Amino acid sequence: MSDSAAHEEQELIQLLTPDGESVPHPDYPLDLTAEEVRGLYRDLVLVRRLDAEAVALQRQGELGLWASLLGQEAAQIGSGRALRRQDVVFPSYRDHGVAWCRGLGSKELLGLFRGVTNGGWDPAEYNFYLYTIVIGSQTLHATGYAMGVQRDGALGEDGIAVITYFGDGATSQGDTNEAFNYAAVNNAPIVFFCQNNQWAISEPSERQSRAPIYQRAAGFGFPGLRVDGNDVFACLAVTREALRHAREGQGPTLIEAFTYRMGAHTTSDDPTRYRLSAEAEEWQRKDPISRVRAYLVREGMADDGFFAAVDAEAEELGARVRTDCRALPDPAPLDIFREVYAEPHSHLDRQRAEFADYLASFEGAEGAAR
Amino acid sequence: MSGTELTLGRAINAGLRRAMENDPKVLMMGEDIGKLGGVFRITDGLYKDFGADRVIDTPLAESGIIGTAIGLAMRGYRPVCEIQFDGFFFPAANQTFTQLAKFRARSGGQLRMPVVIRIPYGGGIGAVEHHSESPEAYFTHTAGLRTVTVANPEDAYWMIQQAVACDDPVVFLEPKRRYWDKAQVRTEGTPETATPMGAARVARSGTDITLVAYGPMVKIALQAAEADTERSIEVVDLRSLSPVDYDTVFESVRRTGRLVVAHEAPVSSGLGAEIAARVTESCFYHLEAPVVRVGGFDTPYPPSRLEEHYLPDLDRVLDGVDRAFAF
Ligand SMILES: Cc1ncc(C[n+]2csc(CCOP(=O)(O)OP(=O)(O)O)c2C)c(N)n1
Repeated sequence: MSDSAAHEEQELIQLLTPDGESVPHPDYPLDLTAEEVRGLYRDLVLVRRLDAEAVALQRQGELGLWASLLGQEAAQIGSGRALRRQDVVFPSYRDHGVAWCRGLGSKELLGLFRGVTNGGWDPAEYNFYLYTIVIGSQTLHATGYAMGVQRDGALGEDGIAVITYFGDGATSQGDTNEAFNYAAVNNAPIVFFCQNNQWAISEPSERQSRAPIYQRAAGFGFPGLRVDGNDVFACLAVTREALRHAREGQGPTLIEAFTYRMGAHTTSDDPTRYRLSAEAEEWQRKDPISRVRAYLVREGMADDGFFAAVDAEAEELGARVRTDCRALPDPAPLDIFREVYAEPHSHLDRQRAEFADYLASFEGAEGAAR
Repeated sequence: MSGTELTLGRAINAGLRRAMENDPKVLMMGEDIGKLGGVFRITDGLYKDFGADRVIDTPLAESGIIGTAIGLAMRGYRPVCEIQFDGFFFPAANQTFTQLAKFRARSGGQLRMPVVIRIPYGGGIGAVEHHSESPEAYFTHTAGLRTVTVANPEDAYWMIQQAVACDDPVVFLEPKRRYWDKAQVRTEGTPETATPMGAARVARSGTDITLVAYGPMVKIALQAAEADTERSIEVVDLRSLSPVDYDTVFESVRRTGRLVVAHEAPVSSGLGAEIAARVTESCFYHLEAPVVRVGGFDTPYPPSRLEEHYLPDLDRVLDGVDRAFAF
């Protein structure tokens, strides 16, 4: 972390300190009502709970895998709450907090990880495209989509901005660098939101990039900013501004949310093989939730009753996540052939029919096809 | 016999270690292969013992891995590249197909490309999408690449060393659902004295029908042969997919008169199609039935809850055998 730590102090945009003190920023004013702050706090607590429940479900064998967002709640809720209804998101695979802001819940989000679907929702319904496993691919899709928005003239005050999410590791991919360049030369209405959680599985940020990530934007010809990714206020204010910039036809922005992945990469990973627990403890002090809580208390914006109510809501959510997960139906064998093509495809139709016959041949026999 | 019991994964690890000990030009490259030892731990311990210069944790860029391996090979190194999962090979496809595969021919043999691309492939471990694919046909369709796969720890141990020693680019496909299968591995001798990586192996002799399989399907083919008490099934483990050791396949089919080819990859334009065509051309008068293919469907790999239906299992293989006899 040495290189990045050196840059951190100078360039980090922060509106809320780890102790919960608000520090106004000249370029990113943020005027939130008490109710809005309470709303952000609630979001943070609930997505953390959703995430924790999913990790538990994986341990219980209900999910094949889970990519935890623990530690990254502020980056996701801050940027997610900066979006307007019409804005369009191209996520990676860990962006459950952004999904939450778009109205997706456990019913949609758990399917991919449970292995009952390779998607899980209708992107158009939520303006939230499908999770992307192949690192960096979505940055080009987002850029192309933004180019389409531009061609449709859907910019301006009520226009559409596009945002895409990716990790620090993804900035090494050709696709991501091509996306930066395409977006720049086309002046596309897009925000590149990089959650630099310091690790790409076992590889620390400095194995990906010698230059601070946000500085890369300059080389492509658009602004890049580094924001405290554990500060929900800063993430909200900066993303809002970048979206406005895009919407008004001023082109792309790269936001590097400087944050930390508190847990394992996924439930299959063992971080003790490559990092020290002291590092995680240090980041624990910068926890995105406790600082908002401290702020609410300090400002007298919330009382014990409020916090208790949010905790109770989190409990309910936890129970709902468990029920929803177990209720996700297993697909039927012939679903393998579903929606491969838009038009009839004689070859596949024949293969499906043959497989149906094959399954039927087991009927009545032991181990009959379900 | 001098040997040790090893899992297939540990056998590859031991083979890589020996290759690195024997030749200081051998390098490992890939994502997370250093301290972590790779997501499947195949390079476990190598970083500790050989250092960061020889076990290179690369940035997260597959095109970069293969592209820089080409340059290292031009400089006399022997890079062994790990691609983390089958579905992540594709960002490296350009470098592999348009560059790596062609340099020898383009340079009239002046340039050697001793690059190994290791890829954990195939399904059966309950993974999410892009983690279960069988991309072998893309490789076998590309001139200039050799493509091999292993089905047991002994082959894993020797073939990885042979692949590293080979002056051609070798795509080394590792059947990930067999990583944890254990067997005795004979470790004395040298890679040159082990069965050559280009040779197929009769894994079980039989007289009524030939069952050709490779990689993860060999185990199932052997189970099918075991389960079928009426017919005597000969199982041929291909080992090398490009080139295929057709002599062994033809010899077997000429004796048995029937052939089933089984693989996980989609059947259409797959390796099974190629083998069926060659056998038909060369063994037509010995065949008593059309060649039958058993494989994955011509669909994207399904979500994991459906993979047991997608992957050819014992029943599907035996059904294929039935079809060859029903003719
Ligand atoms: C093209 C590609 N290569 C490799 C992988 C395997 N892989 C999955 S996640 C990951 C690390 C990603 O790190 P980063 O981009 O920083 O995102 P984070 O997981 O930290 O959010 C890797 C190497 C992949 N999914 N896609």
